[in-house]
Amino acid sequence: MDILALPRLIWEFVVYLFAVMPDLLPIILSLATPLALGALCGVLGERSGVVNIGIEGIMLMAAFFGYLTGFVLHEPLGTGAALALGIVVAVGTGALLGLLHAWLTVTVRADQIIAGTMMNIAAFGVTGYLNRLIITPSGRGGAGVITPFHLPDQLATLPFVGPILAMFLDQGPIAMSVIVLVLISQFALFRTRWGLRTRAVGEHPKAADTVGIDVFRQRYMNVIIGCGIAGLAGAYLTLESTGSFQNGMTNGRGFIALAAVIFGRWTPLGSFLGALLFGTATAFGIIVNVRPAEGDLGTLMKTIPTFWYAALPYLITVVILAGVVGRSTPPAADGIPYAKEGKG
Amino acid sequence: MRRWRGRLGPTWAKASIPVYSIVLAFAVAAVVVIVSSAFTATGFDPLLPFAAYARLLAGSFGSDNAVYNTLVAAAPLMFGGLAVGIGLKAGLFNIGVAGQFLVGAFAAAVTGAALATAPTIVGMPLAMLAGALAGAAYGFIPGYLKARTGAHEVVTTIMLNNAAALLLTWAVNDLVRAPGFSFPRTAEIGHSALPILAGRNLHLGIVFAVAAVFVIRWILDRTTLGFEIRTVGANPNAARYAGMRPIFITALTMTISGLLAGLAGAIQMLGVIGFYAPGITASVGFDSIAVALLGRSDPIGILFAALLFGAFRAGAPLMQIETSVPIEVIDIIQALVILFLAADLIVRRVFRVRAPKVEITEMATVTGSWGAGTPPPGTAG
Repeated sequence: MDILALPRLIWEFVVYLFAVMPDLLPIILSLATPLALGALCGVLGERSGVVNIGIEGIMLMAAFFGYLTGFVLHEPLGTGAALALGIVVAVGTGALLGLLHAWLTVTVRADQIIAGTMMNIAAFGVTGYLNRLIITPSGRGGAGVITPFHLPDQLATLPFVGPILAMFLDQGPIAMSVIVLVLISQFALFRTRWGLRTRAVGEHPKAADTVGIDVFRQRYMNVIIGCGIAGLAGAYLTLESTGSFQNGMTNGRGFIALAAVIFGRWTPLGSFLGALLFGTATAFGIIVNVRPAEGDLGTLMKTIPTFWYAALPYLITVVILAGVVGRSTPPAADGIPYAKEGKG
Repeated sequence: MRRWRGRLGPTWAKASIPVYSIVLAFAVAAVVVIVSSAFTATGFDPLLPFAAYARLLAGSFGSDNAVYNTLVAAAPLMFGGLAVGIGLKAGLFNIGVAGQFLVGAFAAAVTGAALATAPTIVGMPLAMLAGALAGAAYGFIPGYLKARTGAHEVVTTIMLNNAAALLLTWAVNDLVRAPGFSFPRTAEIGHSALPILAGRNLHLGIVFAVAAVFVIRWILDRTTLGFEIRTVGANPNAARYAGMRPIFITALTMTISGLLAGLAGAIQMLGVIGFYAPGITASVGFDSIAVALLGRSDPIGILFAALLFGAFRAGAPLMQIETSVPIEVIDIIQALVILFLAADLIVRRVFRVRAPKVEITEMATVTGSWGAGTPPPGTAG
């Protein structure tokens, strides 16, 4: 090992990153999509004071019922209509479960984390149950996947700009909707009356109540809208990304989304960046296998086993959470049920 | 029911809501089974739940072997339930039992295989110890992070669950893969296996599990540590003013919790599975949460809850084979039990139970630490 070994390795790594960029960028957004949508659900809920660790389960339920809709309807209605209805059903499933979560946490004032845990177990049970009962015995597939929009080759092959354009535009409609939803939420949360009320209810519900804001109604609305968005994340998994349903296929995405919420300091844009970061870590773990590096860097990277790259996003989540969380402040009333005076 | 109330008094006051929750969960799950039967080949069958529950009962208590199966399934759930339960006592929600279980199972498998030819009295305890220590170490990480940085254990433990599964798969592939098998797995554990007590499969683990129930009960009720754990869980600020160290207690409780989860993995490995291979399932993880919540975090409650869910796991395969009601109905029942426990308002309405004078607060304290670190109102004191 000479003295220049480390700088050279770093240089080779940078060169390698640029070399794989065209392969890396387009899959980052697709990997980040369910995380970003789940994180939006988390932001909207927690900004109004409701913690939801059931995002994982809501995504899974929505993924299943969206898939089931496509599965049942694609013969009578045709693929396009079945997929579109599948997305509607998935979002509706999310919103309905959001109603349940809101009722449990706002009206009944059940512990929010336990309510979320219930949601996760229920989702695993209900989807596994119906999958075994209906889909597996039929032996046929679902409605397939939504055809992604394809960027014209002239644009995609442009140097530097091409991969970035491909990252955002060479995608299906749900993945492309993410950036729009994030921007709308960011604007709504910080520039509209609704957003001001949401934040008031999440920071100081009693003060909000005193000036005439309906705390319960605001929390119900936020949780239901958020969970509808989490439902869209479920639709993405079965109807846009894979075209099939497997038991437990959300595989922890709902929880990474929660970490993205904290990473992004409870803002839609910040949590989107968090989701992109985790997406990048996952994409990198895939790319190093598909296009291994060469030279000294290659030998070094090959000594790191594949499974370590796969575990990277999870470990990064833990490290980031430990590093970030102490320096970020959640909404003051996050996780605390509100009881009206005299009714407590 | 009414006549029991006088005699069992305080016990019934604690157990009534869980018992009613189970009854209600079975009733609602029956509706799910009836409705969903309409979509199957056999067609709509309003009596299906009765047939299914009868097979479930037969599979879990119908014969000596069925009872042994129930006990074997209950043993890791007792450890896992205690792991979650002791965390809840300190206001911590350890969803990481699945990961700590895997780490404990792996450590026990590797140690057991290394000592496969040693006498059982040497190999088995050492393998158990390895599992316990590995689980404890894996529980310490989120505990330390929570105590030092405030990173919430719900997110960190879930991440560590996924990381554990992947890293252990790598370890089995590249580090400790036993030669002569077509798939990656660890070597035979030989004499390190837990001795069989009765039947084909009832192993010594159940004795350890029941013993652990009473040890944890003793720690929680009779020692200073237990008092500190409960105080920190009830009100960290009061604990600090009383001279306790909530940070230390938080890290220590997660370590103990991980140790118990590691032991769950160890007895499952040394008593049932016998070797570590990628994809061994850790359904014990989620089941343990249900067990702890149903048992109200009370060790004796956890003992009974683990027996109940052990019976579900033991009986469900027979139910699925003979009535084709999918095994996942167990998860649905578990979720419903938790739902009715969390929203005990529903249970009180249905069964006309009055609210207790002293609120049982364990259920209502784990979200407090998510936000600004202030406990929710009503839990102080």
